[in-house]
Amino acid sequence: MNDLPQQLASGLILGAMYGLIAIGYTMVYGIVQLINFAHGEIVMFGAFGGLTAWLLLPQGTALTLALPLMLVMAVGVSVLVGIGAERFAYRPLRNAPRLAPLITAIGLSIMLQQLIWSFYPDAKKARSFPQFSGESVQLLGANVQRGELFLLIAAPICMIALGFFVAKTRTGRAMQATSQDPDTAKLMGINTDRIIVTAFAIGAAFGGVAAIAYGLKYGQIDFKIGFILGLKAFTAAVLGGIGNIYGAMVGGVVLGLAESLATAYIEHIPGMELFGGGAWKNVWAFVLLILVLLVRPQGLLGERVADRA
Amino acid sequence: MPLLEVEDLRVAYGKIEAVKGISFSVEAGQVVTLIGTNGAGKTTTLRTLSGLLKPLAGKITFDGEVINDMGAHKIVAKGLAHSPEGRRIFPRLTIAENLQLGAFLRKDASGIQRDIERAYTLFPILGERRGQAAGTLSGGEQQMLAMGRALMSQPKLLMLDEPSMGLSPIMMQRIMETITELKAQGTTILLVEQNAQAALSLADHGHVMEIGTIALSGTGQELMHDESVRKAYLGED
Ligand SMILES: Nc1ncnc2c1ncn2[C@@H]1O[C@H](COP(=O)(O)OP(=O)(O)OP(=O)(O)O)[C@@H](O)[C@H]1O
Ligand SMILES: [Mg+2]
Repeated sequence: MNDLPQQLASGLILGAMYGLIAIGYTMVYGIVQLINFAHGEIVMFGAFGGLTAWLLLPQGTALTLALPLMLVMAVGVSVLVGIGAERFAYRPLRNAPRLAPLITAIGLSIMLQQLIWSFYPDAKKARSFPQFSGESVQLLGANVQRGELFLLIAAPICMIALGFFVAKTRTGRAMQATSQDPDTAKLMGINTDRIIVTAFAIGAAFGGVAAIAYGLKYGQIDFKIGFILGLKAFTAAVLGGIGNIYGAMVGGVVLGLAESLATAYIEHIPGMELFGGGAWKNVWAFVLLILVLLVRPQGLLGERVADRA
Repeated sequence: MPLLEVEDLRVAYGKIEAVKGISFSVEAGQVVTLIGTNGAGKTTTLRTLSGLLKPLAGKITFDGEVINDMGAHKIVAKGLAHSPEGRRIFPRLTIAENLQLGAFLRKDASGIQRDIERAYTLFPILGERRGQAAGTLSGGEQQMLAMGRALMSQPKLLMLDEPSMGLSPIMMQRIMETITELKAQGTTILLVEQNAQAALSLADHGHVMEIGTIALSGTGQELMHDESVRKAYLGED
């Protein structure tokens, strides 16, 4: 167990990434009660946006210098795709039965994957993502890769900014009102269409940040990464209590820690030798989800659905 | 020209027509009431006037402009406020935040603050509990908040949908007194009520709705003394 600090750090890093992506599910769900299953692909597009920025820069540019531009591109591409999805895929179905937007989301996911597969140069296989060179950093007894540091800095900044935005700004207040009672929000003079677009945009922007984090962490991206990332982040959002922005981050971190600890230690439990290692980590993630939902169907920080008007 | 003019308004939910061609108007400074049994179409009418529902046919003119196709948030901006049936306060926001949302379209910070203070004077309980989540208020207090919130937009016309619904007699009286007070201050009000006695006694004009149509119209006093109204709505036989 002397690698515990390392496992905790890995779990936290993974969890912060899940949490950032989970924000996208939870923001949109909180406002329109829609699960945007194409969100994983919005993140994937962001990753390719970031890569494009890197490829457009002159060869030999330092990654530290390139990073801001890559970030802007990733966020920009994700936001464009997110807003486009809302405008053209979901808005026409606003009053349709719930199954319709769900099926649309799945179709949109496949379409977005195929767009990259078909048109992005050499994207039929994984493309490598720029990496920070240099030694890993010692943090509280754990080795943290330089690329992972980005996440440890970006995730808290994003969360604090979002918390401030929702609680303190006029648009944030309008967002809370729309989430609690959309019709009455309209009666206050709130343009709820604009609020919905804003929710999609913020979620997508966080996805763009997570996309860069993913690339830096794993060193390569492909057109399929959105699927499992989206599924995990959706799990994190449900785990934390869908609709609750802090729940998304808590759910992400809990999920990340569970994966990392299960991968490292389950095989040491007598009788569980077969179920350890990375191959089982997704299984443990979903087992955790099921267990939490059995005890707390509303998720860890759960939205109080009962007082929804 | 009346402040609000409704001409042959028809509204449907899918194929079911809930409002089947009604006409009435509200002059500035008046209190006009719509009374009628459950399901008569009163709420449907108000929700259409404020833009939450789209009319099937007819014409709604407010303050000189046809607002049939206007979005709900734009109609508020024109000065039509709607305190909806069931109060619909934002339960997880504080009382102060609810009131601020009522002033969402206003830019005059000091004026907003002054009007919030005025709401606290009108309803002292709201001031005492301003920092509390609105969902913790009692039904009557929530009604006060809903009315206060609707007034925060400085409306030209205030629509109230059953403000006395589900309230104790004392609370009901308190709400009716407030409406009387607002009337005395010159507020134009379109009041939907099941409590016909109270509504008619303070209304300049009243309309009796029955399954989607206006069955009877008159001044508040006329309707209060009308035999059929007394039988149907004032509990006499
Ligand atoms: N969302 C809806 N979908 C379908 N039908 C509806 C809907 N809302 C109301 N109705 C129907 O429209 C008719 C008018 O309803 P409305 O709520 O306007 O009546 P009301 O006069 O406000 O009644 P109450 O006094 O009970 O509030 C009723 O027959 C009702 O069942
Ligand atoms: Mg009603």
